[in-house]
Amino acid sequence: MKLIIATIKPFKLEEVREALTTVGVRGMMVSEIKGFGSQSGHTEIYRGAEYAVNFVPKVKLEIVVQDSMAEQVVSTIANTAKTEKIGDGKIFVLDVESALRVRTGEMNDDAL
Amino acid sequence: MTTRFDRVNARDKEMKLTKYITVGTALSLLPTFALAQDAAPSFDEIGPYIMTTLLFLVGGFLVFWMAAGFAMLEAGLVRSKNVTMQLTKNIALFSIAGIMYWLVGFNLMYPGDFNGYFAFNFVPTTLEPVGLAAADASLDYASVASDFFFQLMFVAATASIVSGVLAERIKLWPFLIFVVILTGLMYPISGSWQWGGGWLSELGFSDFAGSTIVHSVGGWAALAGALILGPRIGKYKDGKTIPMPGSNLALATLGTFILWLGWFGFNGGSQLAAGTVGDITDVGRIFANTNMAASAGAVTALILTQIMYKKVDLTMVLNGALAGLVSITAEPLAPSMLGALLTGAVGGVIVVFTVPLLDKLKIDDVVGAIPVHLFAGIWGTLAVAFYTGNWGAQITGIIAYGVFTFVIALVIWVILKGVMGIRVSEEAEIQGLDTSELGMEAYPDFSKG
Repeated sequence: MKLIIATIKPFKLEEVREALTTVGVRGMMVSEIKGFGSQSGHTEIYRGAEYAVNFVPKVKLEIVVQDSMAEQVVSTIANTAKTEKIGDGKIFVLDVESALRVRTGEMNDDAL
Repeated sequence: MTTRFDRVNARDKEMKLTKYITVGTALSLLPTFALAQDAAPSFDEIGPYIMTTLLFLVGGFLVFWMAAGFAMLEAGLVRSKNVTMQLTKNIALFSIAGIMYWLVGFNLMYPGDFNGYFAFNFVPTTLEPVGLAAADASLDYASVASDFFFQLMFVAATASIVSGVLAERIKLWPFLIFVVILTGLMYPISGSWQWGGGWLSELGFSDFAGSTIVHSVGGWAALAGALILGPRIGKYKDGKTIPMPGSNLALATLGTFILWLGWFGFNGGSQLAAGTVGDITDVGRIFANTNMAASAGAVTALILTQIMYKKVDLTMVLNGALAGLVSITAEPLAPSMLGALLTGAVGGVIVVFTVPLLDKLKIDDVVGAIPVHLFAGIWGTLAVAFYTGNWGAQITGIIAYGVFTFVIALVIWVILKGVMGIRVSEEAEIQGLDTSELGMEAYPDFSKG
């Protein structure tokens, strides 16, 4: 099993969810986060005072899938979230040791 | 038109009557009663009294509603960790003003004959007896109770201005002690110079509904407090201003609209008469001009922030509307609609340029009340001279109110600082006054920030 962590632009969330559902993803965890990468921050003005916004709002997806699906999920997210402008986000893939469905006690692939 | 100055005579007459009724025996009252019944006054005689009294009552509850406006504006512009404290200060200051103005304020402010500077008239306000007979009423003015009720709302507005500037760092009780002095003594004494028939009114100074007497006075008192209190922790760092965005701009906007509504009573009621075609038409004219100035202030701030910052700043637009209102308050009757538009627009310009200016001087004004009430108040009072031509009197008045209020406020703040301290501890300030001072949060389900 693989854990896929993706940061994307918040407005892309719905589109990415739909695309992932289409390729067979049956669940995901979503959090609103703030962070910075190569986009870095930007400056805003509040009541005449300029200030730096160091952290940019993003949405983080965490998806656990069978090994065989991982590549397709990564490419689906990459294709759907891409705007070709700075700040599109990043995708990480990690190995997952085990999984357990709380209700039934099913393990690993069966639990997904 | 009845002026604020005329009220002194009307009230004098009223007080004599009240004394007569209190001291007089039942026997001496009986013939008066019989007489009043014999010659029932026609509506022509009592109509103006009823209309003006009604104007005061309607105007009074509109101005009362401004207390809600200030509370919402300030609750929206402070951070969420200080909202409960800001609301507590707002209801407390309004209620203290209500008691102090009865206890000493009203009779200090409208003393009748006095030396023009200070009246030693420390008497609580008394109302007319129940079921006043027409023959005993000041038919050329309005009921004392309605007059008191109306004027009381103005002093509360002054105190509200102070609370906004000093938000997020001042202790509750020293602030409330200052409110006691401001509403019981400072505002009534300086107010009597003009509206009580004092030396400034003799001089020809003109301030229709109180750009200076109400708004600048609040602004001066707040400025003195801000200087003694210092800025919030972390507001100015390495020569830069660090914004501390307000917790709820929906509340701030609602507060601004409520203030805008209340202002129709503030300026319209200050016509002080509604019993003739001329007077009630003037009230209508004042409503229209007041609305125009607010609109002009808001639109000016809208356009200016777009040009200067490339994005519209809502908080500045809200301040712009209020600055327009303060600007027109000194003379809402004489201008044409175009005149009101220009007066209000200048108010909007003042706000957009002086909010950052105060930050450069490291004077931390949380809600922008100093630009809105003090600077726009000075502008509005000066602008009256375009209609009266009496620049000297306007400038004298502005300086007199400024020096008196600022110096006394400064002294009181220094004394309060020395005696009990006016600022919360660093830890309490960072944690937020809601939990540290009150143990009660406005938004208990929200995360800290």
